Amino acid sequence: MKTDTVTANTTLKLPDLDKVLDALGAWVLAIVWISPLLFAAWAALQPSGTALGLDFSNPLTFENFVYVWGAVPWGGYFTNTVVLVTLILAGQLVLCTLAGFAFARFEFKGRDTVFILVLLQLFILPEVLIVENYAIVSKLGLFDTALGIGLPYMASAFGIFLLRQAFKSVPIELEEAARIEGCSWMGVLWKVYVPAAKPVYLAYALVSIATHWNNFLWPLIVTNSPETRPLTVGLSLFGAPETGVDISVISAATIMTIAPLLMAFLIFQRQFIQAFLRAGIR
Amino acid sequence: MNEMARLQKRRLALYGWMLAAPALALMSLFAFYPAIATFWHSLFSRGTSRRPSVFTGFENYGDLFADPTFWTVATNNLIYAGVTIPVSIIFALVMALWANAHIPARSFVRSAYFTPTILPMIAAANLWLFFYTPDLGVIDQITGFFGASPTNWLGQPETALASVIIVTIWKEAGFFMIFYLAALQTIPPDLREAARIEGAGRWTYTRRVLLPLLMPTTIFVFVNAMINSVKLIDHLFILTKGGPNNASKLILYWIWEMAFAYFDSPHAAAMTILVLLALGLVAVAQFRLVEKRTHYR
Repeated sequence: MKTDTVTANTTLKLPDLDKVLDALGAWVLAIVWISPLLFAAWAALQPSGTALGLDFSNPLTFENFVYVWGAVPWGGYFTNTVVLVTLILAGQLVLCTLAGFAFARFEFKGRDTVFILVLLQLFILPEVLIVENYAIVSKLGLFDTALGIGLPYMASAFGIFLLRQAFKSVPIELEEAARIEGCSWMGVLWKVYVPAAKPVYLAYALVSIATHWNNFLWPLIVTNSPETRPLTVGLSLFGAPETGVDISVISAATIMTIAPLLMAFLIFQRQFIQAFLRAGIR
Repeated sequence: MNEMARLQKRRLALYGWMLAAPALALMSLFAFYPAIATFWHSLFSRGTSRRPSVFTGFENYGDLFADPTFWTVATNNLIYAGVTIPVSIIFALVMALWANAHIPARSFVRSAYFTPTILPMIAAANLWLFFYTPDLGVIDQITGFFGASPTNWLGQPETALASVIIVTIWKEAGFFMIFYLAALQTIPPDLREAARIEGAGRWTYTRRVLLPLLMPTTIFVFVNAMINSVKLIDHLFILTKGGPNNASKLILYWIWEMAFAYFDSPHAAAMTILVLLALGLVAVAQFRLVEKRTHYR
């Protein structure tokens, strides 16, 4: 965008002042932006109790990680988060595919009204309804279970909307061809629509995983045991300042919690950004 | 023949309903029913073992309006929204312009901006704790270097809310950036060239050409930022717990506190309804705007 033709016109090979300022500004902001992360990574490697001195002469150590790993059942929290995220995603994919297909390809009475209700749910945030949803989950006997955390998120209005758009853009001829070959409705969905919407599925899956890996308030409310608690809740209990745990230990715990997602992000950066983009533009 | 077609149509309608039913059932259970139930419960008093809860009409709402905490929390949230929304949007726009420019190490710059987006809010709060700790934190180390006395950033009413706001901006600006980035990439480069030939400087080009073209993106980002200003409260649990003396308490945190720390769910329900009304207004406004936008597509 900013390849100024002004530079090309002047015969001097001096870099344009604007461009230098742009680059400088961009770098300074970038460094400021990741500095909390860098400081935490550095603090986590300092001997406990010394990190805040900003003394760069200390030798690096992994003792904080060893301590943190031993102090809290992180292994269990990791497993809980992975189970939770998988469960939610599986539920969302099935429910949203079926509903998205219904809204995209079937004519039924009241369809448009119902679809507006679905869209309305985009604004009734599950986070806001914590009081009632807590009562419902308890009544269903799902308190402190992975299903209890996951169920309210499975019928995602957002997922239904995205998949409906994706299915609508599939040419009807493809469907007709499949029907001529004798496919049932389910066959058409599975063989024509689902493969055509593959990029949308990928985008939706990445966004869903990132969202629910990071979700906190609702899991905090509906869990009360280490057997179901996800990573974020475990981290919040561990990191509370009044527990007197010092900052290098908290940093180690934080780095450990975010490491899997962060690494996944750094490896699949392009896909992640594309996914958020695709999912965002409604 | 006509009979056949009608039968077929009815069968398709039945299929449609059957396919949508599981999702609609869950959605009713966890969104529509609770929204209505919340309203219903907000009309009753808090029951105790001695006194069962009774219908009190809108008394809970009256209590809220009479409670100074309500006004503090509502004001806090308005400030929270009023600062995080425009500042995040400006940062996002600047980031996108830079991440889209031909500068060295562009992909590093891009990921640096975006990375906070994928961190849990709880983890972000922990990272920032390292900055805010009085005396020993990074900020005080730097200001102390210039002779300033240590500040209890999170512990004093004047700076607690601002500290919380900074973390939110840090978290969401990179997310909004990608939408601007995508929009910028659809703007043809000739426009810039044309503006230059017309003698428009860089600032004029940005203000008169770029910003109007980015308007739909800005609306989209604005709505998201608005929703975030209700939703993003996780960091309060780590940083301030709404204190000191409610100085950094936000609405959703307050709802949580009323319901799960003080077990006063009727008032929490009343507050929830007020939030839902506000979100409903946002929804209506957005649908209106989107309708307008599709006109010139």
